[in-house]
Amino acid sequence: MFAIILRRLIYAIPIALGVSVVCFSLVYLAPGDPLQTILPADASADTIAFIKHEYGFDRPIPVQFFFWLTRVLQGDFGMSIATRRPVVDEVLGSLSNTAVLATIAVPLAFLIGYSLGVIAGCFPGGWLDKLVTGSAVMGVSLPNYWVGIVLVIIFSVEMMALPATGMGPNGSTAFSLFRWADLQYLILPAITLALVPVGILARSTRASLAEIRNQDFVTTLRAKGLGEGAIVRHMLKNAMPPVLAVMGLQFGYLMGGSILVETVFTWPGSGFVLSKAIINRDIPVLQGSILMLAMIFVATNLVVDLLQAAIDPRIRRA
Amino acid sequence: MTQAVATSIDTSWEADPAPAAKTRTYWQSVLIRIFRDKATLIFGTVVLAIVLLAIFAPLIAPFDPYKESIIGRLKPFGWRGHPLGTDELGRDMLSRLIYGARSSLLMGMVPVLVATLVGGTLGVIGGFAGKRVNTAIMRTMDVFYAFPSVLLAVAISGAMGGGMMNGMIALSMVFTPALCRIAETATAQVRSLDFIEAARATGARPLTIIRHHVLGNVLGPVFIYASSLVSVSILLASGLSFLGLGVKPPEPDWGLMLSTLRQSLYVNPIICAMPGAAIFVTSICFNLVSDGIRSAMDVRQ
Repeated sequence: MFAIILRRLIYAIPIALGVSVVCFSLVYLAPGDPLQTILPADASADTIAFIKHEYGFDRPIPVQFFFWLTRVLQGDFGMSIATRRPVVDEVLGSLSNTAVLATIAVPLAFLIGYSLGVIAGCFPGGWLDKLVTGSAVMGVSLPNYWVGIVLVIIFSVEMMALPATGMGPNGSTAFSLFRWADLQYLILPAITLALVPVGILARSTRASLAEIRNQDFVTTLRAKGLGEGAIVRHMLKNAMPPVLAVMGLQFGYLMGGSILVETVFTWPGSGFVLSKAIINRDIPVLQGSILMLAMIFVATNLVVDLLQAAIDPRIRRA
Repeated sequence: MTQAVATSIDTSWEADPAPAAKTRTYWQSVLIRIFRDKATLIFGTVVLAIVLLAIFAPLIAPFDPYKESIIGRLKPFGWRGHPLGTDELGRDMLSRLIYGARSSLLMGMVPVLVATLVGGTLGVIGGFAGKRVNTAIMRTMDVFYAFPSVLLAVAISGAMGGGMMNGMIALSMVFTPALCRIAETATAQVRSLDFIEAARATGARPLTIIRHHVLGNVLGPVFIYASSLVSVSILLASGLSFLGLGVKPPEPDWGLMLSTLRQSLYVNPIICAMPGAAIFVTSICFNLVSDGIRSAMDVRQ
């Protein structure tokens, strides 16, 4: 097991390095000079040269990358252009808000998606299977930001049952999962965010069950006269690990991909910070939040990999 | 009952009621299978209709999609001859929805096409060259795999400053790694087969081998995967426009319309929901057609 952890870690390090190179180059993708935003319009050539030197922009790009990486590793992501606060402070608080949303949405999606997948997988070819497979396709073809708007129309505008936007009456800092006044703000965004994973989880559960159905041990169980219910129980146990892995990956996806849903519900998460940064052309915040979200995604993938190896001895031997 | 001898792939299809047509090629049998699949045909017709709407938008749209009206804002269905009402600036909704198909289809297809060309080429080169070239290409692709697709699209187009062109570049970069991986796997699979060895032994140059022996085996899986990406691309492109990163106002685009109409949610909710419905219908039809093509091309079924 130790060897596997080591091997996966060694594999993850170049990926993480590559991800940081991509995030570093985002600044150079931006039109115009990266210094343009902080320099006054009438700055003399000497001033420009001086500031360029101070910021290290006169050095070769690989050297600049090295300095940038050293600062990032120390937790210094630069300053926000819009708020003049450190990028870390801007992003870290919002990350926890997104995590709250994702930790509710992912188990919700698992509960619904796994049940749907089991129903479909137990009656392959039947009308229930067709219904579930059809809704799974729908789940992944629906623009979730639109579903969010439709849910707001139904539950906030027409029924006036749930709040449309925000994160609790007292803001995000006082948010508590155990108070209804706060929790009701979470319901619509969580359902919206769960939509795509429900479709994906239902599909992978069904596929996983279909694969197991044809395995020898199922035939053996049936041959020894076990009841259909008990056989299904055995199959479900074996279908679970790959689905759990998909669920783990979905958590990473939702952390990084919740920007649209967060924009619809003005949920003060990392995606919302990101979309604000785009509107303000606040490149340091854009770069910092994308780097952190991508690193979370890399870390989630690594953890899922390792957990899978820990649970399933077949992967360990591979 | 005489069974045709299984010399070519298509005769292995057991339900074939016309054993006389033994000489049918693979692509002919795929086409026949698609034409027998009613669901795919229906959704394919819808896709075709959307494409035609986009192409002939100026002829079909009942009003000028840019013509504003201060007194006619957010009016309901059928108001003064506007079949689907008007938007927040008094522009005709139906005309804007019809014109909106243009940018959605463009941003749905162009990135997939570019990614297929770029990713497919890189994948074939990597898979055929093997060793260091392959490692270099595939490890670079792995880095882009380490981003959730929405995040990568937002990151690139956000840094580049939005706009339709930048959005399409960003989406092309999002789809390239996956297509590269598919092409690489398919190429690596055939590379070690005997007929490639034989071609090499006869002295054929690598490019000739790729053109005559490799591409035929790679194009199928790449095409299937690329067709499934069109609906993803439409969703992502509309998402970018929704965030203000894609198409710029006042152009009619479904994602952008959804975003600007959101402010009017309490005035006329039905109008606000319509552009999203257009995105959904287009995306699911492309998705189902792609599923149909996949099962028609899968000979093992």
